[in-house]
Amino acid sequence: MTTTTTSTTTSTTGAPKRTDAEEKALAEHPIVRVVACGSVDDGKSTLIGRLLAETESVPDDILDYARNTRRSGSTIPKGEVDFSMLTDGLEAEHEQGITIDVAYRHLYLPSGRRAIIADAPGHEQYTRNMAVAASTADIAILLVDATRGIRPQTHRHLTVCALMGVRTVIVAINKLDAVGFKHVAFEELAGGVRSAAARFDLEEVDVIPVSALTGDNVIDRSTQMPWYHGPTVLEALTSWQPATSEDTNAVPFRLPVQYVVRADDFRGYAGTVVGGTVRPGDKVVVNAKGGSTIVERVLVGGEDVDEAHAGTAVVVTLETETDVTRGDLLVAPPEGLAADHYPRPATAFAADLVWTGEEELRHGRSYLLLAGGLAVPAVVTAIRGRRDVVSGEEMAGRTLKMNDIGHVEIATDTAVPLDPYAVSRDTGGFLLVERVSRDTVAAGLVRHSLRRAHNVTPHAFTVDQEARAVLKGQRPRVLWLTGVPGAGKSTIADALERKLHGMGLHTYVLDGDGVRTGLNKDLGFTPEDRAENVRRVAETAKLMMDAGLIVIVSLVSPFRGDRRAAKGLFQEGDFLEVWVDTPSDVVVERDPKGLYAKARAGSLPNMTGVGQGYEPPEKPDLVVQGSGEVDDAVNQLLDALEVTH
Amino acid sequence: MSTAAETAIAPDAVLDALEAEAIHVFREAAGAFRRPVMLYSIGKDSSVLLHLAVKAFAPGKVPFPMLHIDTTWKFREMIEFRDRMAREKGVELLVHTNQEGVAEGVTPFTHGTHEYTRIMKTVALREALDEGGYDAAFGGARRDEERSRAKERVFSLREPGHRWEPRKQRPEFWRTANTQLADGQTMRVFPMSNWTELDVWRYIQRENIEVVPLYFSQERPVVERDGQLIMVDDDRYPLEDGEQPKHRSVRFRTLGCYPLTAAVASRAENLDDLLAEMLVDRRSERSGRLIDGEGGGSMESKKTEGYF
Repeated sequence: MTTTTTSTTTSTTGAPKRTDAEEKALAEHPIVRVVACGSVDDGKSTLIGRLLAETESVPDDILDYARNTRRSGSTIPKGEVDFSMLTDGLEAEHEQGITIDVAYRHLYLPSGRRAIIADAPGHEQYTRNMAVAASTADIAILLVDATRGIRPQTHRHLTVCALMGVRTVIVAINKLDAVGFKHVAFEELAGGVRSAAARFDLEEVDVIPVSALTGDNVIDRSTQMPWYHGPTVLEALTSWQPATSEDTNAVPFRLPVQYVVRADDFRGYAGTVVGGTVRPGDKVVVNAKGGSTIVERVLVGGEDVDEAHAGTAVVVTLETETDVTRGDLLVAPPEGLAADHYPRPATAFAADLVWTGEEELRHGRSYLLLAGGLAVPAVVTAIRGRRDVVSGEEMAGRTLKMNDIGHVEIATDTAVPLDPYAVSRDTGGFLLVERVSRDTVAAGLVRHSLRRAHNVTPHAFTVDQEARAVLKGQRPRVLWLTGVPGAGKSTIADALERKLHGMGLHTYVLDGDGVRTGLNKDLGFTPEDRAENVRRVAETAKLMMDAGLIVIVSLVSPFRGDRRAAKGLFQEGDFLEVWVDTPSDVVVERDPKGLYAKARAGSLPNMTGVGQGYEPPEKPDLVVQGSGEVDDAVNQLLDALEVTH
Repeated sequence: MSTAAETAIAPDAVLDALEAEAIHVFREAAGAFRRPVMLYSIGKDSSVLLHLAVKAFAPGKVPFPMLHIDTTWKFREMIEFRDRMAREKGVELLVHTNQEGVAEGVTPFTHGTHEYTRIMKTVALREALDEGGYDAAFGGARRDEERSRAKERVFSLREPGHRWEPRKQRPEFWRTANTQLADGQTMRVFPMSNWTELDVWRYIQRENIEVVPLYFSQERPVVERDGQLIMVDDDRYPLEDGEQPKHRSVRFRTLGCYPLTAAVASRAENLDDLLAEMLVDRRSERSGRLIDGEGGGSMESKKTEGYF
């Protein structure tokens, strides 16, 4: 076979000639990230070890170590290099004879590019580690053991790589030496792998017959397999070409702000450009919301530059004084961009999750969503399906366990600008963090944002009271404070709200006098109007509770029947009737609004406790003394709300 | 690590990429943590780390102090260099020594290297981090240094007591770090994780970064111990009867406590010489560190105790 390939594969003869486009691609992407998937049994350590050793990417003392150290079971005589020992790892792994964690190795490619190989474990229980390695990878090397054929893990590796956005896959059908280097054996497997890969959106799939043990088709062309005309593993790695900044499909400008740099008369926003380029004079929009502002300066390492492209750590200053802070995202304005290239902030997203937590996903539990420098509370509102990583199909699922991949809907506390993951890994990927352990429980990949108008219909509200409450980290309830005027209801309500607010809980006080100046200003003080007053306040409290708030009602509400009707609107335990019981002499003495004085003078004929009777609760959920210390009453109420204080 | 293939790469673009990644990590930690500190060991990696920190926050100031754990056995030239660098770069310098260890007379000769390292480095570091209440500490460690380091995270979680638990490390997706800490947890942060030894030297050359002169060859008084050349930096070094240190042209590939850091015979008197020499000498740099040589996983076990 005569090969006409132009790529040079020998590293000793000096740097190969590169085209201008290759030079530019090399300057913009000097490092290529590779994920190696497969298990020890597939010969992955041997393949990587050989790649490292034969490209002279390993120091001599490490080579010596691989000559002189053996794991049990090794058949390679001492004195020869056991390539698998070059990627030898943690003691914990030795004990179990497996790879637990991702290891990173440097490989120097003849193209002048450096490869960082993330050596990922192959077993099913380490799918999450493989997802980590794949999350930054440009290329995947996927091993298939020719003696065992295509196994479920082959499909799993393809699924995870495709999901995480790896577009180039090099499939090494290994151990061809053990099947006599037979063409037919290779073709059968290669066909299977190709059809498995066809299910995914991959740009390039090379299937290469290899023997990592004997070195065939790893670095140099094999003489054992004259029937094979494709590239070797090293050639396939070397010929990879990235998209450059001139690519029209590339992500527009994105800068997640990490840090605000301040100096004398200087305020700049520091971050790494993760998409597009930025130049002084460019228009940018903060968080893809509102009008644009203009970039004044672009600095790299404190020095002004004319242009910075993706991958550069910059500081930018803006012409207009804008309140930009860590967690904000500067983006190119929407003009002339496809709709999915402008991340309008949203509070709901469809996303894929790779579950990494020890504990399974809790529907409705509040997690922290991290993206860029951003941390916002978020709830998984729906689990649409769980991916069968072998068949690639989506199955029904009620939860996600460690290493599961699921399709979910997520609601965030505040609107956040996220891209679809297919547009940008950096601004379309996020983490979910458990709020107590602070562990990373999932990696999320945005499919698209969900627009409320499209998504929410009257018969299927996705976000219910529970979801809202969980997001707020509290149990919503109504505390109904009843008592005669001057009993101290408003004072207690105010002190309680201040306390709850200080604890980070979300509250609202519905005060009798307050509602009478607005919502109920058409109502008087007749028994009928009082009943309507109570009804409206109760309905309002119910809406607020549904919104997730702890509602404190401070209302005389003198009649038992009205209060009973109010309580009837709520589930058992959600409505606490609290009697603020204050002796009448104390009340009259206090008379903060001068009402009792007026009533005695005859100008308030329907004044409760004077002209109309007050019907004390027969079975209140709680009685607090309005004549005692306000703090005591507040503490009693906090206990009733079961909040720690 | 110096390897033949490494010389064929396009170094500037790679250095730019590595620099950008390191700056990203610095900024992320400075933005996320309440009270970060930068470990400063005075070696070449620390010189680069300091340089990167200055670049990351320019034109502002480096927003955290740097901390040196002084075992009292460092080369004298290192201490002079340390104090001068802190002054010149305008970064606050904190120095901590385990005074209990000094009072008990802990030395590499009396307590053995393992125990000495534990008391004067690991325990001292834990003390200093606890006393300062730091929730994050930057270090210059690189994945190419040693086997267990190849699996180290960029944001490496430490449990209460600064313990490193390999199994509890958080998955690192994309550029997004989980910098959230539960009670008692802290973070070690390694901006130079993906650098190699040669990258470090090339960057030093390109950016004109000053390093301790011990890295360059010069006549120094040395004795030989177990095939390793040890420089006798002061009169505390226990010589054998009648033994006289010999003057030889040597330099150091890594710098630590002088009785525990082997020199290499070398004529590399400047950076150009040194880079040329590295392309020939293909041993990894830690081959000169006596404290690593105690069984295959000794770095791993030191790390579990809280060593950097």
